[in-house]
Amino acid sequence: MTIELDGVSMRRDGVDFLRGVSLRVEPGGFNILLGPTLSGKTTLLRMMAGLEKPDSGRVLDDGKDVTGTPVQQRGVAMVYQQFINYPSMSVFENIASPLKVAGMSRGEIDRRVKDVSDLLKLGPMLKRKPAELSGGQQQRTALARALVKGAGLVLLDEPLANLDYKLREELRNELPRLFADTGSTVVYATAEPAEALLLGGHTAALHEGGITQYGPTHEVYRTPVDLVTAATFSDPPINVANVTKRGGEFVMDDTVTWRVGAVHQRIADGEYRLGFRAHHLNLGAGGEHAISLEGAVTIAEISGSETFVHLDLGRHQWICQAHGVHRLDVGQMVTVSVNPERFMLFKPDGGRIE
Amino acid sequence: MIERTPNQKAWWLVTPVLALVAFNAIIPLMTVVNYSVQETFGNNQFFWSGVIWYEDVLNSPRFHEALLRQLMFTAQILLIEVPLGVIVALAMPRKGFWVSVCLVLMALPLLIPWNVVGAMWNIFALPDIGLLGRAVNALGVDYNFTQQPGSAWVTVVVMDVWHWTSLVVLLAYAGLRSIPDAFYQAARIDGASGWQIFRYIQLPKMKRVLTIAVLLRFMDSFMIYTEPFVLTGGGPGNTTTFLSIDLVKIALGQFDLGRAAAMSLIYFLIILLMSWIFYTLMMRSEGQK
Amino acid sequence: MAEIRLDKIRHSYEDRPAAEADFALKMVDLTWKDGGAYALLGPSGCGKSTLLNIISGLLSPTEGDVRFDGRSVTDLAPDQRNIAQVFQFPVVYDTMTVYQNLAFPLRNRGMDRSRIDELVRETAQRLDLTGVLDRRAAGLTADNKQKISLARGLVRSDVNVIMFDEPLTVIDPHLKWQLRSQLKKLHQRYNFTMIYVTHDQTEALTFADQIVVMHEGEVVQVGTSEELFERPEHTFVGHFIGSPGMNLFPCTVGDDGVRVDGMPIALDAPPAPGQVNGTSQLGVRPEFIRFDTGGLAVELTDVADIGRYRIVDAILGRHPFKIFCPEGVEIPSDNAKVRFDPRHANVYVDGWRVEARSR
Repeated sequence: MTIELDGVSMRRDGVDFLRGVSLRVEPGGFNILLGPTLSGKTTLLRMMAGLEKPDSGRVLDDGKDVTGTPVQQRGVAMVYQQFINYPSMSVFENIASPLKVAGMSRGEIDRRVKDVSDLLKLGPMLKRKPAELSGGQQQRTALARALVKGAGLVLLDEPLANLDYKLREELRNELPRLFADTGSTVVYATAEPAEALLLGGHTAALHEGGITQYGPTHEVYRTPVDLVTAATFSDPPINVANVTKRGGEFVMDDTVTWRVGAVHQRIADGEYRLGFRAHHLNLGAGGEHAISLEGAVTIAEISGSETFVHLDLGRHQWICQAHGVHRLDVGQMVTVSVNPERFMLFKPDGGRIE
Repeated sequence: MIERTPNQKAWWLVTPVLALVAFNAIIPLMTVVNYSVQETFGNNQFFWSGVIWYEDVLNSPRFHEALLRQLMFTAQILLIEVPLGVIVALAMPRKGFWVSVCLVLMALPLLIPWNVVGAMWNIFALPDIGLLGRAVNALGVDYNFTQQPGSAWVTVVVMDVWHWTSLVVLLAYAGLRSIPDAFYQAARIDGASGWQIFRYIQLPKMKRVLTIAVLLRFMDSFMIYTEPFVLTGGGPGNTTTFLSIDLVKIALGQFDLGRAAAMSLIYFLIILLMSWIFYTLMMRSEGQK
Repeated sequence: MAEIRLDKIRHSYEDRPAAEADFALKMVDLTWKDGGAYALLGPSGCGKSTLLNIISGLLSPTEGDVRFDGRSVTDLAPDQRNIAQVFQFPVVYDTMTVYQNLAFPLRNRGMDRSRIDELVRETAQRLDLTGVLDRRAAGLTADNKQKISLARGLVRSDVNVIMFDEPLTVIDPHLKWQLRSQLKKLHQRYNFTMIYVTHDQTEALTFADQIVVMHEGEVVQVGTSEELFERPEHTFVGHFIGSPGMNLFPCTVGDDGVRVDGMPIALDAPPAPGQVNGTSQLGVRPEFIRFDTGGLAVELTDVADIGRYRIVDAILGRHPFKIFCPEGVEIPSDNAKVRFDPRHANVYVDGWRVEARSR
């Protein structure tokens, strides 16, 4: 199913939930809506489902205008952050429910439920009630119901957010595979950049009710079109700084300078913003092409394999995601370095310079 | 999250209800309006009389007395039933077998037809054969609700409290149950007293349901008719003649249709206005958060 | 702040626990130093919340004793223990202002007005809440509400321990970074004893000096983030910490060393065959496997690009495993060979790590 949004807007109680969003999601693929709370992810999903009607704009399904068509007539399946199952039905009945509604024969229902429950490792649980399941199993049941329906459009609204870390990891691995063979178009909302990267597919980055960029996930991650998208797609938060271009040089903080690379030779002199990700900032002086800076450690967080060093560099607060374990004291001065090739350069208004 | 489905077909589904409402609310209401501005001397002859009936009702001491009685009654039962309902709800167990026992017991008075409630209390409170009447007199209190205005008033109030406090209890209990355990734990850690837990956690979280409880009890008590009618018939004298009872007396007793129509519209407007005031006041303090 | 001693704590929610399985906490015996930052880490149902409630006094343990600075507090109510707790969902007194929220625990303890004012303002300063002191608490964002919950604890100078029960659950990823580092800064500056309960390894590892990993009512390992990462004492720790978790291969331990499917694996300190009495497995994290032309031949099946690094799915013999491949490292297109870091590959017998006996 090809779902397309054409300039949809929605405003409630004086707050813009969506501002003229146009998006044509990749049919039969895994599509991610990435953005923080209140960026419009859920509203967008509800719009696609037909649960919400836009104030203006159209929703197109295979080119057909379905803006006012209610959800029952839309062949859509949805899974929520909360584990939503029918509490009085067994897992089997829960999974079978959309098939019963469709009036499928008993034998066919049995066969399909069995296939899906095997895929989601729910085989031994089929006779239990949702209340007797763990959180992970409850969400698997909800996913199974969405999967068995064979809907053309499957909408997942942060389905893993309420699960334990490890369960999340497990389901994240399985999800793209589960839906790969069904031919369904999947739209998955999440607030976590790492989740988007793990799931792959295409990503639409959202910010304050608008889509800032849509494209293959890794492309959006590596070449964000503006600073807002880069920030949305960075965890730890992106490091930013103001720089000035003067002839053949970039100047940061009046003192740090480096040669303008080949790609930026043609841009005019003046003020720019640069951003780069935390793992590109290295502890210690770098090689001959790297820029070295000094900063005071505000805090060092050790994750076992990595150290997140929060630094105060006077005008900026940066985070360095360093490999290995580094025990650093608060206030200690450290040298960090970054290769200018890692810098993403933005105009003062945030637009990316290629 | 509430699912909203935009579906125009829904309008067809409400059409029968709209027709029904038109038939049993709008048409009678318009008839009443019609009566209230006309004078009739029988024979189905009507004469335009303007707002005379309204002036008449608003200036009549009888209406003033009934209204005052009504306000007193409503104020009293609200002051008793709401705090009492909250106290009972707080005292109810939060889990285990006794929860359902309590809930069933609480629901019982609400399930009894109103005229039966009146009849029950009538027999219960009779000074010669009623259990309550006999018991109270045996304690040395001179009590006879059929003769003494004070006794009659108290009996009506107690009857209403018995009948309706459960509603407040059930609503308040639902509000209490929705408070997460973490709030109680945090309060215990902060060293809050039982009163403070009530004042700063339970009461704010119950506010919404209590608003509804106050509104329902206000409207219902302001319109009370059946129970006092069956119990005391509005007497002795006029001491328990509330607005509704008076209205019926005027309309059916005296067949004074124009006056009764004007009075019922004034009555209706008072309820509407006061409900609206209650609601906005309570919702405004909600919105300030 | 105080030293916390958990002396042989066991807890069961049953009235008369008989079998070992009736215990939600099988046996916990720990000492936490004054001023330390500790994390209780484990999946749901591992007993970490039970333990937290036992320390705060909301639950009374079936067996054992809780002591603060040597003094038993097992029979004391939560408000008598002088503890502070931040919950999963923000708990604020909606009708009060932020100022009143902070002053609440002090007023309840009968402190005089000027002292309260001083402490409230000082605490607000520490947590960047000064600007919102006069606002109603109900209207604030989730992260500010969590700060208020924390501030209500910090404001009391006599607090023994501050406990956090998955405090960042409802916070956006970007704000998580801020709040977490702010917590850590507070800890380093003022040296509170802190206990942080979570299922999220990143939060636990980055926050705490010592992490207690729990599994099915038992403590499986206590250590620094580095120790848990480099030397998991139990396969569960290896699996639960690290993302993806540790690879496990069935192995044999003989006089000629450790072998997987007959292939020899070089280890710095292999255990002796006599030490191995049960099912043995070789555990090595994806981060400690490198491509090396002189290593073991493997088959690569899939590569997942996660931005900063790639995760390579591979098969050794019959066993699937994962390799961690940083940016800039080339993945061989064919004839891939890998080497396990001999210092960071461990042998596990029946789930527990076996250390080589010193010879």
